[in-house]
Amino acid sequence: MVALIVNGKREDISVDPNQPLLWALRENLKLTGTKFGCGIAQCGACTVHVDGVPVRSCSTPVGFADGKQITTIEGIASADGTLHALQQAWIDNQVPQCGYCQSGQIMSAVALLETTPRPTDDDIDTAMRGNICRCGMYTRIRKAIKEAALTIPVLAPETTEAEGQPDE
Amino acid sequence: MNKWTRRGFITAGALTGGALVVGVAIRPGHRAPKLAGMVAGEGEMLVNTWVKIDADNLVTAIAPHSEMGQGAPTALTQMLADEMDADWEHVAFEEAPAHEDFANYALAREYIAGEATIPRFLDGTVDGVFLALSKNMDMQITGGSTSIRLTGQRGMRIAGAAAREMIVKAAAKTWKVPARELRTESSHVYHDASGQSGRYADFAEEAAKHMPPSQPKMKEAAEYRIMGKPKQRFDIPSKVDGTAKFGIDADLPGMKYAAVMGAPVIGSTIKSVDTSAAEAMPGVIKIVQKDHFVAVVADGYWQAQQAIYALDATFDEGEAGTLNQEGVYDRFRTMMSEAVEAGKEKKDIAHGNARKAFKDSGHTVEFGYEVPFLAHAAMEPLNATVSIDREAGTAEVWTGSQNPLGTRNTVAEALGFKEGNVTVHNQFLGGGFGRRATPDYPVMAAEIAAECDFPVKMIWSREEDTQQDWYRLASISRFKIGLDDDGMPVSWDQQYVDKHDPPEAAHPIYNLPNVFVHYIESDHHMRFGAWRSVDHTQHGFYIESAVDELADTAGKDPYEYRRALLAGKPRHIAVLDAAAKAAGWGKTMPEGQGIGISIVESFGTICAQVVEVDMTGGMPRVTNVYVAADPGFVINPDGFTAQMESGVIYGLTAALYGEITIDQGRVVQSNFHDYEIVRMDEAPEIHVTLINSGARLGGGGEPGTPPIAPALANAIFNATGTRLRSLPLAYQDTDVA
Repeated sequence: MVALIVNGKREDISVDPNQPLLWALRENLKLTGTKFGCGIAQCGACTVHVDGVPVRSCSTPVGFADGKQITTIEGIASADGTLHALQQAWIDNQVPQCGYCQSGQIMSAVALLETTPRPTDDDIDTAMRGNICRCGMYTRIRKAIKEAALTIPVLAPETTEAEGQPDE
Repeated sequence: MNKWTRRGFITAGALTGGALVVGVAIRPGHRAPKLAGMVAGEGEMLVNTWVKIDADNLVTAIAPHSEMGQGAPTALTQMLADEMDADWEHVAFEEAPAHEDFANYALAREYIAGEATIPRFLDGTVDGVFLALSKNMDMQITGGSTSIRLTGQRGMRIAGAAAREMIVKAAAKTWKVPARELRTESSHVYHDASGQSGRYADFAEEAAKHMPPSQPKMKEAAEYRIMGKPKQRFDIPSKVDGTAKFGIDADLPGMKYAAVMGAPVIGSTIKSVDTSAAEAMPGVIKIVQKDHFVAVVADGYWQAQQAIYALDATFDEGEAGTLNQEGVYDRFRTMMSEAVEAGKEKKDIAHGNARKAFKDSGHTVEFGYEVPFLAHAAMEPLNATVSIDREAGTAEVWTGSQNPLGTRNTVAEALGFKEGNVTVHNQFLGGGFGRRATPDYPVMAAEIAAECDFPVKMIWSREEDTQQDWYRLASISRFKIGLDDDGMPVSWDQQYVDKHDPPEAAHPIYNLPNVFVHYIESDHHMRFGAWRSVDHTQHGFYIESAVDELADTAGKDPYEYRRALLAGKPRHIAVLDAAAKAAGWGKTMPEGQGIGISIVESFGTICAQVVEVDMTGGMPRVTNVYVAADPGFVINPDGFTAQMESGVIYGLTAALYGEITIDQGRVVQSNFHDYEIVRMDEAPEIHVTLINSGARLGGGGEPGTPPIAPALANAIFNATGTRLRSLPLAYQDTDVA
């Protein structure tokens, strides 16, 4: 038995703890927004957050997530249904084509903005290069991340800190 | 059997519940009542085959094209809604069911008119026991960049205009006023003289009683209000919150999961399988063994896949099991030389007398180029979910397909069911790129489900997806070109390996007095599949590299050289000029950086690209791509721009990294670690210029892909002086690097 807290809700599931978290989410919990792409952490389609950190759920044993907070694409909008700023920016910039990779793209971007509210191009390259988009919408993703970042209020000390960091 | 005629018929009819359907049909008669049962719900009226109106005045376009990210459903709805004067805030799109009555009328009509050919790779899905279908050319394909230029132009617009006229006629009858006094706007009819107005829905039932007009009046470009405007795609909101349903997301009560292992040498058969270890693994329910594959069915996909790894199988591989990649190329070279020596070239196109003209040319040059096998590598691994009711002799399939009708028919054939007893529920496609036009994967899922008493979801691993593809085939091309004293080509002899689609892919767009293009056919075991832009992928690289070499030989600027060869072709020149101008062609590039240009016409669209590359890091880094495209008229400018961006990145991945090789007949590459894909940090800025020349409509999904590889190779030559004549480019030695 593994206990997960998924998008704020506790879920007890009876699975082999070695089974990847991806399949527990998709098959046991029917949260199909998280996608299978490669199975070896090369494409990022399966990205979710475990205790706030982006992980590739296809290569993360569900046992590792036991007792931890999991956030998936289904859990980033507000309780009242208001989309996350990144989701809105994705629509405004018409980012998705086939859309299959986009749950993972958005989850990587959410994690980026949580640690780096005003990302530089290099920050975006580093945070997003683990997510493949075969439709090639990278320039739109970059633009949407920058747009969404501007809608997120940044506390003064963090602004200073972010501005104080030299580009790598 | 009804005979196809050149003339289309528009049909109409009322549905139960008071909705209306209008359609452009290839068959005569009032067929909407039959179709209505498939697409119209409570309170909806099928006005004709391709449009219905519900009681709330919602206008829904129905078309036989699937959404794989290319946005055709939205653009098709724009075409219908504009002609119909529908309220854009109150429209919807519905994919037509996989049924021959919804088959691609437009594609068939173009075929009959001799303006298009059915891609040969699809033959297998329409012949065999479905010969009748083949004869009738019932197609339902999303591919070949056909949706807008064929279905849209010849189907949706006519249906929209016809529906509008039918509603106006119905309103005129109801109000007892002349139809010419009525006007339409935002899904409403107005009679200004009497101040009367009504919703389309109010007249739908009356309209559906009448036969549609045979020649509805279509709008001139100046009258467009929805076409030509950027519109947000219908499918995007569901793709940012995880609710979009792809094939892999199908979920049925009691469903189990299957993983598969295909014979590693494609086309070979399984000799023996030791399943004992797999059978003992947790969750494993059943092992299904067929000639070409083994499947494990288990409680969960991961369990099924783990058990696949535990199988021990042997195969009858024959000679194919000894072939390696160099052997493929060596065989091409031998066969190419033999064909020329024996005078047994297969003619592609010839005019003038190229071989005689060599005698008159002052200077002859020869170049050879090489491209590898390519996999499609769509993000969503191939999958299908199948539920069979054996007693009823029926089956249902959930999958993402570019070819739902072919899927229905091949699944029915595999199961021995009547075609009409198989229902395909087409889902969003997690990438298609041509791969999802070949319905081998739903057939495989059906074969597995046929041996189970429950529905089965089959998912291919990424490794299977990479190694069991239908590939862009490896090919070699040889050019011999004779130049006059001014360095311009007077004779053009090109030989290449394998001709598929489209038939004109190897035909140069340039003014050349003497041309002989010919080919040989390969005999290896790797199977051909349509890969985004099909034969244009290799011929774009061959021809646009060769022309660049000619310009260099002549000591001329490659842009000006192309311009001179395109004299008398104003559309091509305008596109070339637009790309060059956007890039600031002629500017001095910094040390180690280069600029290259190319132009390819494919699927009715002319596309030129200028690439800027930085070689100072040792490997090519593409910084900017300037795209100019003329598809005649752009229905959805933002959507078309996105297709150009997508085509560039898809082609750039192939140009830099794309390479499938075989060893002992097996595909060597297996996943994204060794089949590399361009990522965020390598993505260039892409600057798109669109040209509405007013010419016949061209496609959008594919034309952005062919020009990027030659433009990049030409830019690398400009930066380094090294001419790269084989793909991929990323790891080859250059003089600067």
